[in-house]
Amino acid sequence: MATPTMLLLLADGRFPAGAHAHSAGLEAAVAAGRVTDLDTLAAYLRGRLATAGLVAAAFAAAARGAAWSTGRAGALARLDAELDARTASPAQRSVSRRQGRALLRAGRRIWPAATFDDLPTVPDGPHQPLVLGLVGAAAGLDPGQVATVAAHATVTGSASAAVRLLGLDPYQVQALLVRLAGACDAVAARAARAAEEPPERLPAAAAPLADIHAEAHATWEVRLFAS
Amino acid sequence: MRATARLAARVDRHGRTTLVELRGESPLLLRQVPAPGGGLTVYVVGGAAGPLAGDDLRLDVEVGPGAAVRVHTVAASVALPGRPGAVSRMLVRATVAERATLLWLPEQLVAAAGCAHVADSRVDVAAGGTLHWRDELICGRYGEQPGNVEVNTWVDLDGRPLLRQSLAVGPNAAGWAGPAVLAGAPATGSLLIVDPDRPAEPPAVGVTWARLPLAGGPATLWSATAPDAHTLREYLEPETALDTIAASGGRGERGVVRVG
Repeated sequence: MATPTMLLLLADGRFPAGAHAHSAGLEAAVAAGRVTDLDTLAAYLRGRLATAGLVAAAFAAAARGAAWSTGRAGALARLDAELDARTASPAQRSVSRRQGRALLRAGRRIWPAATFDDLPTVPDGPHQPLVLGLVGAAAGLDPGQVATVAAHATVTGSASAAVRLLGLDPYQVQALLVRLAGACDAVAARAARAAEEPPERLPAAAAPLADIHAEAHATWEVRLFAS
Repeated sequence: MRATARLAARVDRHGRTTLVELRGESPLLLRQVPAPGGGLTVYVVGGAAGPLAGDDLRLDVEVGPGAAVRVHTVAASVALPGRPGAVSRMLVRATVAERATLLWLPEQLVAAAGCAHVADSRVDVAAGGTLHWRDELICGRYGEQPGNVEVNTWVDLDGRPLLRQSLAVGPNAAGWAGPAVLAGAPATGSLLIVDPDRPAEPPAVGVTWARLPLAGGPATLWSATAPDAHTLREYLEPETALDTIAASGGRGERGVVRVG
């Protein structure tokens, strides 16, 4: 298990992997008039946690679990294909791979001794949760901690985007995150348990509007966030 | 109630699809009906209300090399509550061989108040197989909040994962009615088209629907939410969906979303 500070460093939005540039679908949901205030933001974050958050956390924990295994390249390739099958939207696949590439760049520079070469060599980059699993391994995190980082990032990314997109009171948004902490921990714990299953059995929680928001957002010429 | 049904189709020496097996038991009764062309149409006839919580139903569909089968249901199925704590399950296990076609176009699944239902579909499509697979879920009867329903769709193409989707609605599914998942829409569904003769189509999007080319092969998923079953069906009718493909001429038209 990693030291508390190492866990905080990886979960920090200031970790240089470009997370601040993403709203995780919130910008499109706001433009569609579906998220307008603190209450609809709360419902949005709960839905994200239960769907994209659970899937990302489970795959990150599974990649962390495969990090020291023999046959790690094969395990990671399988996880990559299974995550593709859970990401119907090409815009979301592309965002996940771009975020993976950014995190990989940071991981290689920060932990030069760690090996990331077994990640699938896909032109657009490996999926972000897979890279997070290996970065977590390099930092000494266990699968449960990696799942916590992933679940936490699911809600904090959209929440800080909401402050900018809707002009919400930052104290109220932070109070909302505090209220969601228990749900976030529960999703991380469930993801870490699920990650022990074979890749095809990992969670596949879907959200039709997440696909629709991601595809709509990808058509915009002007936008504040990259996703 | 436990019930199993099985349908197996082959091509005879004249090139016509024939059923080598067609058996079921209430509430999963199978009926063959005459169909135009060389294919074959089978209806699933509900022999009882339900599924009721506690029911365990399984349907196996096997489409052999070159055979073509179309499956419909005669009516929507309504998942209903049963004894407390019980869950109803419906498993559809389908295999589609090379050059074979399976069109799985059932009526909707309706999640009644208080139900607890899991619908599992596991489909294996061989390289060169064609699949149309539609899932439609109506969250509650008129003016009703749904019970817990999970719709799991697992599709492999040529032994590799193509689609894994698990949609959960109801009191146990956090945020399901919120703006990240359905935004209050009572109807949602998807249509998967795997067709070796059509490349995956370019993405397109509207306010409540999207056309999504999948990563794992020549396959496209239409995904939609709607205010009612009728509107949903308009998005997920294969003929309409394929017309949209034809009309777009593969140029990747993307729908109507304002620039923000």
